[in-house]
Amino acid sequence: MDWIAFRLSVALALWTLALLLPLAVWLGRVLAYRRFPGRGFVEAAVALPLVLPPTVVGFYLLTAFGAPSPLGRAWERLFGHGLAFSFEGLLLASVIVNLPFAVQPVQNAFAAVPPRVREAGAVSGMPPWRVLLAVELPLAWPGIATAAVLTFAHTLGEFGVVLMVGGAIPGETQTIAIAIYDRVQAFDERGAGIMSAALLAVSVAALGLANTLSRRVGRRTRDA
Amino acid sequence: MPAARLSRRAVAAGIGLLPGGLAGGAGAQAPPPLIAGAADLQFALGEIAARFRAEAGQEVRLSFGSSGNIARQIEQGSPVELFLSADEAFVLRLAAGGHTRDAGALYAIGRIVLFVPPGSPIRAEDGLDGLRAALEAGRIRRFAIANPEHAPYGRAAEQALRAAGLWERLQPHLVLGENVAQATQFAIAGGSQGGIAAYSLVLAPTMRGRGAFRLLPDALHEPLRQRMALTRRAGPVAERFYTYMQEPAARAIMHRYGFVLPGE
Repeated sequence: MDWIAFRLSVALALWTLALLLPLAVWLGRVLAYRRFPGRGFVEAAVALPLVLPPTVVGFYLLTAFGAPSPLGRAWERLFGHGLAFSFEGLLLASVIVNLPFAVQPVQNAFAAVPPRVREAGAVSGMPPWRVLLAVELPLAWPGIATAAVLTFAHTLGEFGVVLMVGGAIPGETQTIAIAIYDRVQAFDERGAGIMSAALLAVSVAALGLANTLSRRVGRRTRDA
Repeated sequence: MPAARLSRRAVAAGIGLLPGGLAGGAGAQAPPPLIAGAADLQFALGEIAARFRAEAGQEVRLSFGSSGNIARQIEQGSPVELFLSADEAFVLRLAAGGHTRDAGALYAIGRIVLFVPPGSPIRAEDGLDGLRAALEAGRIRRFAIANPEHAPYGRAAEQALRAAGLWERLQPHLVLGENVAQATQFAIAGGSQGGIAAYSLVLAPTMRGRGAFRLLPDALHEPLRQRMALTRRAGPVAERFYTYMQEPAARAIMHRYGFVLPGE
């Protein structure tokens, strides 16, 4: 078991959550409630990583992050190391490829909040932020929890994009999925098998947690 | 570099999950240098690095892949400090582009083998004639080589198969590994009847009992002249490793893995 790779994957997943979840709650809510020109375009852009092959996403990100690119050059000047083949580059890539997994459940959850309930809050004189905190978030909570679990599990399992922009650097960009690939190439089926089983167990646990969580929260909001 | 360390420390502080070495937990020192090696080196270089750690008391990080991919990653800004290529052309191209300090040094010459898993219709001891016989008998379904487009061992395999007049006939049966280690893995995994592998990989202890192999004459392909070079990012530990590679202890390990060494 490659604990360095495992810890790196968990760190990447938690960081992705920390950056992506607030963004997803904001964007998902905007997409659920606002009508604005270009809304369909934004929705399509969010969904793109679902349908594009990871190698295509990886290729574009590599081109955007690489040392010759403007972003790569600016990053190098600021931080003294490249953005591609670094943990930060991997994190940025991870946030982008996880957009649909985070935004879509949140958007659906906000859209499912009955308009009457939101209006009742507004009519009774609550400011919009209190409507959000006291009415919308408690009702949309299962969707947000689902988004978090999907993002977490998907980050642990992401392979193609990481292969393209990561470079398999131990402790920095060699995630558990890449480590499994490398173990197979080192003819170490036992090591690959142990790590695959660990990843399987974590994924099953994450999905179980998501289901339990959303059921329990759903019951509580119904009772309230 | 201080900013890089700071950002890594921030990563570690935020989650507390990253390993101390890379996260800069020690604060003052930089993370161990990253040494990228061609896939044919994954066992030999692992042993050399273990000895280097014990003798020099310095940590290094190893990463393996196809030489073409590593070279491209260095051009794109990968933090590799020392690159050990399976083909000198990639190192010379990086040197011409100003990505390495200089043209570096030749450190080994690689050899290819015909590898055959247990139960294969190919008789390994007959070499490429054995492959030809199995091919003519229609008993080859899949044959693994590394991708000739970017893996030096793949190119050597193509040249050897062309020299033997087998390339065209083998076309519909070829499976391409991303690098020679993956090609070798395809050859042992049982889905194929054999493949062209690196001598250095089939000599590894983990390969014992997984099949038979026959060293192919080096006249069949251009020599796999393996060159290494320090990149522009190299620090003192990488420099030391570069020197260490050319010393007797490392050379003895390389020799044991079937490499022909410069000056032999």
